[in-house]
Amino acid sequence: MNDFPAWKVWLLTALLVVGVLLAIPSLLNEEQRSYIPDFLPQPTINLGLDLSGGVHILLEAQTEEFEEQRLQTMADRIEDAMNDQDPRIEIGDISRSGGRITFTVRDEAQLDDAMERVRAETQPVGFTGQRDFSVENEDSLRVVVTPTQAGTDEAINNAVATATEVVRTRIDELGTREPTIIRQGAERIVVQVPGLDSPESLMSLLGRTASLEFRMVNYEADPNMALACQAPIGSAALPYADQDEGVGCVIVQRRVMVSGDQLVNAQQGFDQRTGEVTVNLTFDGPGGRAFGRVTQENVGRPFAIILDGEVLSAPNINEPILGGNAQITGSFSVQSANELAIALRSGRLPVELAVIEDRTVGAEIGEEGVRLGGLAGLIATVTVMTFMFVTYGRFGIYSNIALALNLFLILAIMAMLDATLTLPGIAGFVLTVGAAVDANVLINERIREEQRRGRKVIDAIQTGYKEASRAIFDANITNFIGGALMFSFGSGPVRGFAVVLVVGIITSVFTAVTITRMMVSVWIKNKRPKELVV
Amino acid sequence: MRLLKLVPDTTNIQFLKWRNVAIIISIILTVASITLTATRGLNFGVDFAGGQMIQATFTEDAEAPVVQLREDIAGLGIEGASIQRFGDENQVSIRMRVTEGADDDPEIANQVSTQVTQMMQANYEGVRIDSVDSVSGKVSDELFRAGALALGLAMVAISLYIWLRFEWQFGVGALFALFHDVALTFGFFALTQLEFNLNIVAALLTIIGYSLNDTIVVYDRIRENLRKYRKMEIVPLLDLSVNETLARTVMTSLTMVFALVVLIWVGPDLLFGFTAAMLLGIFIGTYSSVYMAAPILIWLKVGPDTFVPEEASGGQKIHKEGYGR
Repeated sequence: MNDFPAWKVWLLTALLVVGVLLAIPSLLNEEQRSYIPDFLPQPTINLGLDLSGGVHILLEAQTEEFEEQRLQTMADRIEDAMNDQDPRIEIGDISRSGGRITFTVRDEAQLDDAMERVRAETQPVGFTGQRDFSVENEDSLRVVVTPTQAGTDEAINNAVATATEVVRTRIDELGTREPTIIRQGAERIVVQVPGLDSPESLMSLLGRTASLEFRMVNYEADPNMALACQAPIGSAALPYADQDEGVGCVIVQRRVMVSGDQLVNAQQGFDQRTGEVTVNLTFDGPGGRAFGRVTQENVGRPFAIILDGEVLSAPNINEPILGGNAQITGSFSVQSANELAIALRSGRLPVELAVIEDRTVGAEIGEEGVRLGGLAGLIATVTVMTFMFVTYGRFGIYSNIALALNLFLILAIMAMLDATLTLPGIAGFVLTVGAAVDANVLINERIREEQRRGRKVIDAIQTGYKEASRAIFDANITNFIGGALMFSFGSGPVRGFAVVLVVGIITSVFTAVTITRMMVSVWIKNKRPKELVV
Repeated sequence: MRLLKLVPDTTNIQFLKWRNVAIIISIILTVASITLTATRGLNFGVDFAGGQMIQATFTEDAEAPVVQLREDIAGLGIEGASIQRFGDENQVSIRMRVTEGADDDPEIANQVSTQVTQMMQANYEGVRIDSVDSVSGKVSDELFRAGALALGLAMVAISLYIWLRFEWQFGVGALFALFHDVALTFGFFALTQLEFNLNIVAALLTIIGYSLNDTIVVYDRIRENLRKYRKMEIVPLLDLSVNETLARTVMTSLTMVFALVVLIWVGPDLLFGFTAAMLLGIFIGTYSSVYMAAPILIWLKVGPDTFVPEEASGGQKIHKEGYGR
């Protein structure tokens, strides 16, 4: 058997040593790991949330509302374009229905000009030459503005990209360790935060749009309309955030005085006089100046602080607010004020996000999973090893060494791939213990068989390995196909299982076939056995 | 040293003698499984049905106050919650179905589980919330589709591979054996009403893989023997092949069963359904490779000539050297 010259033995041994060394950091705890010199690579396996405890949240952009909003913004811009430019173009009411905007131009002579003005408000989409809205003339004086698919897709894409960054900032601000925030597909964001105790606060933080606006209250409006939550033209009726139903709304002007986009900082604080919990805001230059100018002109009149479309409070302006700093109050607790400050600092979500899947695992149950899973793995390994030894003797020992190496290699490869070990992954490990010896069983049984047929030692071993390899190869390929499909289509726990399975298939074929064969050939070379007990 | 031999060298069991009986039993079991799955249905977990699942441990009590809990949850105005003990006496799982209209507003669904966990923490001392899963109807539908797709694709891909590596008769045989295994596993879950979730799909895919392992080992030996014993009748040839691989089958099944029994015995309760499915799969998979995958070859008229043209034209070259010595 010359398949294994000395250099090959050394190479494989070196490979295995490296593999085992790379697996070791994953088996140590943090303190023990600190003794490993820093220049050595220390890949460690990630524990999935089901083992480390933590929160997994799947967020989905609410695109329908987003498209509605986008249409509304466009309608507003069309109105401004008709009114603010010279000459003014008289149009009928702008109607927004069926996902498109329509309006009629009063004077036929102005139709072309009107359409040109609307076109000027549209944006090009990428390099396609398309625009985000199409503008068409219908029934002589009617203009129809429809969002194009490409424009909508790009707007949603941009909004979700921005939202992902906003979510990342918000979670970083919470100070949790190693959060994972990944965009998934066109409309989704996956958030994983290990070891978090209160998922509720995380969810309320992520679900908040944090759109902050300051608008003047329309104090000339009829109080009865405020009670009925109806708004005169040019105003909006907004509900209170914290109050019971039936107290009506606040009627505010449509024009926004200052918005959250102009914030440079937000901090939780306390009112020095009343001791109330506050959120302290700092505006950028233009925002601060706008705030100063409006408050100067409106001393004694109320303005409204609006968060996500609800009025937090509507205080009177006692004195002009200059210098770009403001303070808002509104029955906050320290925690809720802090959350609001974080949300405001990280910016407004350009699209509302809804939690469509949320899985929380307590830390204790995770530890229990690791402990019981590890124990199961250990018992299974010892049992299978004993079994292999009493059945195949020397060849059983070789298989057992291969099995142990196999487990180390799986750990090492998973650690290097930065793969995640989940609870089903541990089950995958235990299963690998059972399945990995199958190759050796096939080989050893075949060697027994060839011996019975009267082959000599070396011949029996060689034939055994060769004949068994075919079935081993086919069997493992089919399993690999299953594992790969599980990985592609599975999610979460299934994927965790598939990773161990796929890695385990590769390493077990390597250890169970190549490595045992190496050990056998070294033994034969040194001892030249006349008889073989398998 | 005398080594353990589970299967004596001289073993010669005429497995195929019982093939007609076995096939009738298999057909009955398969039909019964499909009927049961269709009529009684599977007990889908939140992964596939949507809704909320809360698992909690009452750390200071010996027994979970299920009755009291049921009243408290009904008191919150939540209807149709199912509360069960699982694992230890002091552990409960609370299942709540997707509420009407929650598909449109996922926030409602989340509020439900928050309400229940907060109530539990307020009303019971020493309660530990172990896990909260909340899956909206939209996500659960997707997970279901993805799971079914993975299962279907795996079966087709694997059969194709066998067709390429062996012959079409073998591909058909493997497909029938797989279908049988999957159907019976579904039947088992419909019968026991154990929770059917994503983990079980992983278990099913592994059962497919394991069953295939067995089938391929037997097929490989059949192919070899077809070439070696050209004059032999098909039935004794199949019997011979099964017997020759029997030692391996018993040995591997035993090591797998050991590993799985250990997992059921000490492993976390969360994995119970998963492990139970796998354990069942080992038995069904071994049985089907002998009684489904092999007899089909008789009916599809596989004979010594099946592989010969390939051999002559240079196909199957990779393994050519292994034969005829």
